[in-house]
Amino acid sequence: MNPKASLLDRESARRNHPGLVRPSIRSRIVTGLVVAALVALALFALARLEFSFTRLGSGLAQLATFLGLMVPPSAGGHAMVFFKSLGETVAIAFLGTLLAAAIALPLGFMAAQGMIGGAVLRFLTRRFSDTVRGIDTLIWALIWINVVGLGPFAGVLAIMTSDIGSFTKLFSEAIEATDRKPAEGVTSTGGNRFHVMRFGVLPQVMPVLISQTLYYFESNTRSATIIGIVGAGGIGLHLAEMIRTYEWDRVAFIILMILATVAIIDFFSSRLRTRLIGSRRAEA
Amino acid sequence: MATAVSRLPESQIAQHIAAYDREQAAKRRSTLIGLAILLMLILLAGNVAEVDPAKFAANIHQLTSYFGRIFFLDNGQFVLTDPAEWFWGWKKWLVHIGDTLLIAYLGTMFGAIGAFFCCFAASSNLARNGTARFVARRVLEFCRTVPELVFALIFVVAFGLGPVPGVLAIAIHTFGALGKLFSEVVENIDMKPVDGAVATGASRWQVIRYAVVPQVLSNFASYALLRFEINVRGASVMGFVGAGGIGQELIEAVRKFYYSDVSAILLLIIATVMVIDLGTERIRHNLIAGEQRR
Repeated sequence: MNPKASLLDRESARRNHPGLVRPSIRSRIVTGLVVAALVALALFALARLEFSFTRLGSGLAQLATFLGLMVPPSAGGHAMVFFKSLGETVAIAFLGTLLAAAIALPLGFMAAQGMIGGAVLRFLTRRFSDTVRGIDTLIWALIWINVVGLGPFAGVLAIMTSDIGSFTKLFSEAIEATDRKPAEGVTSTGGNRFHVMRFGVLPQVMPVLISQTLYYFESNTRSATIIGIVGAGGIGLHLAEMIRTYEWDRVAFIILMILATVAIIDFFSSRLRTRLIGSRRAEA
Repeated sequence: MATAVSRLPESQIAQHIAAYDREQAAKRRSTLIGLAILLMLILLAGNVAEVDPAKFAANIHQLTSYFGRIFFLDNGQFVLTDPAEWFWGWKKWLVHIGDTLLIAYLGTMFGAIGAFFCCFAASSNLARNGTARFVARRVLEFCRTVPELVFALIFVVAFGLGPVPGVLAIAIHTFGALGKLFSEVVENIDMKPVDGAVATGASRWQVIRYAVVPQVLSNFASYALLRFEINVRGASVMGFVGAGGIGQELIEAVRKFYYSDVSAILLLIIATVMVIDLGTERIRHNLIAGEQRR
């Protein structure tokens, strides 16, 4: 195509596809209305939630002071206590994730189409998982503290409960996305339903399950750092205490410890994932 | 058919079987070692986290009885017998739920705006130089690794009690999370429009406005909506540390043993989260469908 022809084409293109060159009035009005509504809602929210420049200004000045006091970070002689609670945090995340994955596996098969049980069981499992997921980990921690008392065990149960909901959903979606042919093959050789699941479905979903579980372990380490705020064990208790008593150098120390731990877990879990699955392909 | 299958001589079969057994044994062994390590880690973690199955078994009835108790009013009646009494504080609670939604909305909006301006610097194809990219990525990583409740705790001290620290905490966390997702979207764009815009002498922001934004806007909106959904959940517990929203009411009801209030507020939160989930899911499907039609 020579340049001259393409210039001519541009004129005809403009005539034939006006929408591409200049959006229609209607789509412009719609866009304008959506943006205006979003901005109006934001302004209303700012007024309703009592935002003000003086408040933000004085708060930012305070924050700057705190940041100054955070340097240099120091454990103030409590390093051993902090390290022990951090270990507790990691243990909470590890056990909570593992228990949730173990319990969610059969639930995932129940929530997936055509695996265990009928439509009624599937419906019930799905609603159960939705309800459990709708409640934040911190709320579950409050509830479990009533059952097993204050301490890290309540934290394990809280992480487990809220993850059962997420895992059931993720696992059932992975199971439904599997290729049905291996399952049919197992059936054709006389395998029963259990055999179908064990040899026809599980090998296909295992990479997804493993990588999801590892990913949740990492993100649960972050959640486990805060459930101590309500008394469910881990580093959160110390962190909240140090913030409330204005020990900013210790706050900085604990935050840096958390960041380092999450980075280490991230490193090891991605190596483990690669080893178990063979490649990073199945991550999504 | 089976009769037509030719068999290898026994000596060759024996070799293959031996090789197969060796492979299987090696695989079993590594699985067993893996399981043993896992078991040891479980025992260690169980010890550290003070897991006590006996206590769990002895007290599990308290969970069921707790759920039993929260569904009975003070006068011992089942909640459904007197819904008006059960949801006695619905006006107050709905206002708090509304505030919770506004906190999530403002936090998502501020975070998304910040992420929009930061994601181009953090993406590998549009960053101006390696240093800017490194700094942008580390900042985003920091913002999403520190839990939002930790930010909220600090901000409550700095800005005072109320929804303002909640909004800021959610905004910072959202900034970190969306910044990463946005920059990944930007890394996956078609670079031809960018080359075309650069060839016409467009400035950096003109390139972004006319060559990048049209490609990424619907994905950005979709991620922001997903984040809004997550933030509604997050905002529902901001009140636990005094950062506004329905969480304040909930933790008071739990701590003061107002059983039927706990179930009423929990149901309101669950219903709100579900409605928001369904709403955002529909909008996101429309966005994706609109994207595919083009």
